[in-house]
Amino acid sequence: MTASSMAISLSNTPSPKSASGKTSKKSDNMSTTAPAPATPAAAPAARKPSEVREFASRLAKALLPPLIGFALLIGIWAIVSMKNKGIPTPEVVWKAAIVLFSDPFYSNGPNDQGIGWNILSSLKRVAIGFGFAAAIGIPMGFLLGRFQFLNKALDPIISLLRPVSPLAWLPIGLLVFKRADPAATWTIFICSIWPMILNTAQGVQRVPQDYMNVARVLNLSEWKIITKILFPSVLPYMLTGIRLSIGTAWLVIVAAEMLTGGVGIGFWVWDEWNNLKVENIIIAIFVIGIVGLTLEQALISIAKRFSYDSNS
Amino acid sequence: MKSLVQIENIGMSFETKKGPFIALRDINLQIREGEVVSLIGHSGCGKSTLLNLIAGLTLPTDGALICGGREIAGPGPERAVVFQNHSLLPWLTCFENVYLGVERVFGTKESKSKLKARTLAAIEMVHMAHAADKHPGEISGGMKQRIGIARAFAMEPKILLMDEPFGALDALTRAALQDELIGVMGKTGATVVMVTHDVDEAVLLSDRVVMLTNGPSATIGEILEVNLAKPRNRLALANDAEFIRCRAAILEFLYQKQVKKAA
Repeated sequence: MTASSMAISLSNTPSPKSASGKTSKKSDNMSTTAPAPATPAAAPAARKPSEVREFASRLAKALLPPLIGFALLIGIWAIVSMKNKGIPTPEVVWKAAIVLFSDPFYSNGPNDQGIGWNILSSLKRVAIGFGFAAAIGIPMGFLLGRFQFLNKALDPIISLLRPVSPLAWLPIGLLVFKRADPAATWTIFICSIWPMILNTAQGVQRVPQDYMNVARVLNLSEWKIITKILFPSVLPYMLTGIRLSIGTAWLVIVAAEMLTGGVGIGFWVWDEWNNLKVENIIIAIFVIGIVGLTLEQALISIAKRFSYDSNS
Repeated sequence: MKSLVQIENIGMSFETKKGPFIALRDINLQIREGEVVSLIGHSGCGKSTLLNLIAGLTLPTDGALICGGREIAGPGPERAVVFQNHSLLPWLTCFENVYLGVERVFGTKESKSKLKARTLAAIEMVHMAHAADKHPGEISGGMKQRIGIARAFAMEPKILLMDEPFGALDALTRAALQDELIGVMGKTGATVVMVTHDVDEAVLLSDRVVMLTNGPSATIGEILEVNLAKPRNRLALANDAEFIRCRAAILEFLYQKQVKKAA
C-alpha cells in the first residue's frame, strides 16, 4: 500500500452521518444504531441568516445522497421482507433493536449476555491478537526492510502463508492452546501480522536516500537513525499496515467466534441463528459494520496526523 | 595557504549491464584552506560524483582522497554537505534539523544550553530566526535551503560541500541566497567546494573555478583563478573587467572547447 493509495482512501471516506436527518421516518432506524455524532445544527445559531442558509444548503447537499441511499436500501429490504416471510421487516428489526439496546450489559451466565458484552469481548480478542502481531510484526518488518538477506530468506515463506485464510490456523491454535478463547485470538494474530510486516518492511525500504545521506554525513548513531529518521519516515507505512490489519482482524473475528463459541459478536450471531431470531442477526450486521467503520476512521485520523509531505 | 584536501589520481567507474562505465579519470586537485572552489561542467560530466567522493558518500575505484592528512574512508561531519534538495527532515522543526547536526558534533563536549545557542546562532546567521520553530513543509524553498546551509555551517566543518545548492530555486531567490552565502563565508572563512552549472554563480562565489570535460571519463579541463577582492558585490562586478574575463573564459570552455552534443 503506497502513500498515494492511502490518500485515495482518505478522500473517499464517507462523512459521518448526522443523526439530525429526520426527513424520512425509515432512516431513523439507521441513525439510532449509529454512535450518534454531535449535530452541527446548533453551532450557526449566532451567525447571519444568509450564512445559516448557506450552511443549511451545504448540509443538505452533503446529507441528501447518503440519506437517499439508505432510504433505498431500507425500501428494498421492506419489499423483500414482504415477499419472504422469513426475513423480518425493518419495523420488527427496529423494535428488536430498542429492546436489545435498552439493556446492552446484562449477564445471565456465559451463554446469555448483553450485546454490549459481546462486542467488548470481540474487541478484546482483536486487541490482544493485534497487539501481539504489532509487537512481533513491526520489529520484524524493520529487520526485513533493513537486511536484504533476511528479506530474501523470509519473503517466500510470507508469500506462501499470507493467502491462507486465518481460519485454517484455528485448529493449530486449538491444538496448541487447548482452549477456544486463545485460539480465536491466535487467528487474529495470524491475520494481522502479514500486513504489519510487509508494510513496515516496505516503508523501511522506501526511506528516501536523501535522508539516509543526511544520516551518513552527520554520522548519526544507529539509535538516532532509528528514532529520528527511520521511525518517523516509516510511520505512515506502519499505520497503513495497522489499518489493514485491524480491518482484516475485525472481519476474521466474527467467523472465528462462530467456530469457537463463548462470548463475542460472532458467537452471538450464531446463537441468534440457532434461536431463529433473524432480526437480531440483521442488527448484528449493522453493529459489526459500525464498529469496523469506527475502527477504520479512528486509524485514518491517526494516520492523517502523522503523514508528512516529504517533497514539500 | 595550507592544503586541506588532496585529490590524487582519482578514477571512478561504475559497473553497469553493458560493462564498466568510467565516470571520472585522472583527477588531481588540491583544495587550500579557506578557499572557495567551484566545479562546473555540462550535465553528466561527473561534478556531483566528484563532490560525493570528497564527501565520502562514495569511494573512488582508483586513487585516493586525503582530507586534513587522513584518507577519506566515508562521510563525516567535518565534511558537511548542503544537498540540492535541502534534505531537511520534514518531521523535525527547522531548529531541530540544525540541532541534530550540532548535537552530533559538539554533544559530547558542551552543555545543552550551549548547543542550543550554537543552533540559534546558525539559524540567525542565515536570517531565519523567525522560522526556527516551523516545520520545513511550512516554509518556502529558498528558506529551506537557508536552513540547509545553517545546518551545514553549524557543524563547523573543515570543508563545506555544496551540490548545486541553489539549483532548485528561482533566479531572484538564488541571487538573494548567493549574497547570503557570500556574507556567511566572509564571516566564517569557510573552505567550500561547490558544484554548479551557473557561470555567474561560479565567478561570483569562487576563488577558483574547476572546469570538467564532458563525460564519460571526464577529467579536469582547465582551472581558472578568479582574482577578485572579497567581499564581492554583484552590482559592482557587472562591469568589472576581471569578472567579464572570467565569465568569458568559462563560457568559452563550456560552449567552444566542450560543446555538448544536443541531448
